[in-house]
Amino acid sequence: MQNTNRLRPFFENITFDRDDNELVLNFGPQHPSAHGQLRLMLHLQQEQIVKAHPDIGYLHRGMEKMAENMIYNEFMPTTDRMDYIASSSNNYGFALAVEKLIGLEVPRRAKVIRMMLLELNRLMSHIFWLATTALDVGAMTVFLYAFREREYLMDIIEDYCGARLTHAAIRIGGVPLDIQDNFIYDLKVFLDKLPENMKDYEDLLDTNRIWLMRMENVGIIPTEMALSWGCTGPMLRASGVEWDIRKEEPYELYDEVEFNIPVSDKGDNYARYKIYMAEMRESAKILYQCIDMYAETQKNNQTELMAHAPQYISAPKLDIMTQNYSLMQHFVLVTQGMRPPVGEVYIPTESPKGELGYFINSQGGPYPYRLKLRAPSFWHTGVLTDLLPGHYIPDVVSIIGTTNIVFGEIDR
Amino acid sequence: MRAYTPKENVQKKAYYTDRYWVAPQVAKFDVESDAVFSEDLKAIKDAKITVLEAFIQVDQMVVYIKPEDNVATLELLRDECGYTQLSELSAIDWISKRGGFEVFYQMLSMTKRKRLRIKCFIDEKQPIESVQSLFRSADWAEREMYDMFGVIINNHPFMKRILMPDDWEGHPLRKTYPLQGDEFAAWYEVDKIFGKEARDIIGPEIRDTARVDRYDTERFARLGHEVPKGAEFNPDQEKTPLAYQEDDGVFLIEGFEEDKSQIIRDRKR
Repeated sequence: MQNTNRLRPFFENITFDRDDNELVLNFGPQHPSAHGQLRLMLHLQQEQIVKAHPDIGYLHRGMEKMAENMIYNEFMPTTDRMDYIASSSNNYGFALAVEKLIGLEVPRRAKVIRMMLLELNRLMSHIFWLATTALDVGAMTVFLYAFREREYLMDIIEDYCGARLTHAAIRIGGVPLDIQDNFIYDLKVFLDKLPENMKDYEDLLDTNRIWLMRMENVGIIPTEMALSWGCTGPMLRASGVEWDIRKEEPYELYDEVEFNIPVSDKGDNYARYKIYMAEMRESAKILYQCIDMYAETQKNNQTELMAHAPQYISAPKLDIMTQNYSLMQHFVLVTQGMRPPVGEVYIPTESPKGELGYFINSQGGPYPYRLKLRAPSFWHTGVLTDLLPGHYIPDVVSIIGTTNIVFGEIDR
Repeated sequence: MRAYTPKENVQKKAYYTDRYWVAPQVAKFDVESDAVFSEDLKAIKDAKITVLEAFIQVDQMVVYIKPEDNVATLELLRDECGYTQLSELSAIDWISKRGGFEVFYQMLSMTKRKRLRIKCFIDEKQPIESVQSLFRSADWAEREMYDMFGVIINNHPFMKRILMPDDWEGHPLRKTYPLQGDEFAAWYEVDKIFGKEARDIIGPEIRDTARVDRYDTERFARLGHEVPKGAEFNPDQEKTPLAYQEDDGVFLIEGFEEDKSQIIRDRKR
């Protein structure tokens, strides 16, 4: 077998010549609109797809395996590489799961900062989605506009944590830093300008003939299919299920802020587009409230950023530098890692793409015994198997676009 | 003689554990303490499904059943109890301790806002029935479970590896599988692209990212002993003089005058 395939692309058991009229088209893994390393094997009758096999695994790095060989804090920067468009949301999901496992309560100011980061990430992710999807469909201007705004957001995040993409901005037990002085100002400038910017995008797209042709009544996911395939987030809400984990199973301070869940019962590409746009407005709403909440913590002098749990979390830097015992504990926590109790948790959070869940089985050691990452994009790629048949080749691009898949978290 | 290292679990382990250390437990609560869960459990028991153990941990019910009941239980939960989504499905490797896998099904009920986990234990070679006829999401999840653990699944329509290549050997998430891959993994790409006879020329794939080879001029430069990329490193070579910017060496920033520079406070967004 080796000789036949040497230096030639290797197509596993696929015959491209068939007796009937069916053509097998290999879409990706290097197709520019495949949003990463997606390979689709499409069986075609003329231009119509009769069978689709998404093939994944080209970005598989074995994160679950890596997690079993890392102490809990060490794994945090690895989670960045899952959904690298909105990496703080991955950090957060992991931090929350470990906190639930050891039963930690995070200080209020840390919660507010986390929420700000999460919503900033949601905005970043949605704007990026809009830009790339519009580009795939052929709307170059939207891409340029949207990337301009995303760049501002990345600047804000970079000011906070020093990184644009891989933030690692959240720690188990809180956040490492308070927000810097100009953060609120910058954020307000951005938020005040957002409606204007979104009007720009919508003016370009909402009544655009080409955009409507590519989006309306294309890629309809019925409610049953969405539920059965484990679709979550905007994919599920576009199919008529009102389900947002922030609202239904609130974490952090989401039960204290006011926001709406946009829902549509159409289930097509256009519904998903509308939901992404509406969610950006809701995120902005949450961020305005977070700014007030942050001011309140300042007024009440709630300056704590990390939970106080000496057994699991290192003491504040001041204690480490001045108190011997804190230094010793810090040393043990850094070299050996924390040892959460024996038990199991599955903690879902609403990442920009959908339900991001962390399943952790701890056996009381410094390394998780098993860590399963439940990434929304995995199922949103799986649904293409049932969704694509019946559509035409150009629809594939717009459907992949609106599923908003990111390969970092599909292959993990 | 080399010290014997056990092979049944090659994952990283704590190098020191206090001899008096007793690991605390995450609290388990009685199912009766939650009205919704106790009703669900009653429904499972009423359907003549053997419940081996049930408790609530971190707000979610965990129910242990027999592996042959998995389809019946999930169907009951979906149709009667409103658990319409199978969020996640995977396995935990217990081969070294208990000789098998623990398979878990993470369920979500959107009407009740509850999550529960169905768990069952199977032996290493014991097959388990596919649930993809109930939940399409199990299609890919079961493929991944097979790929990562080698759990055998019956009646799956398209059982094929999903993340690893089709001709891969071994199941990466087993505890016996080393983090940096086994012998097969090290030669996989060389064998496949260039053929086995090229092994001597190319060498095995190095998956240890922290490895630094001081004689490797392809990937590492030796300050003061620079050689062209890929050239053989010669220890007798004349030393290249090192110069630092601070000591009037090479200027990285030319003509920078701090007092004339302007600091932008407001970026005028």
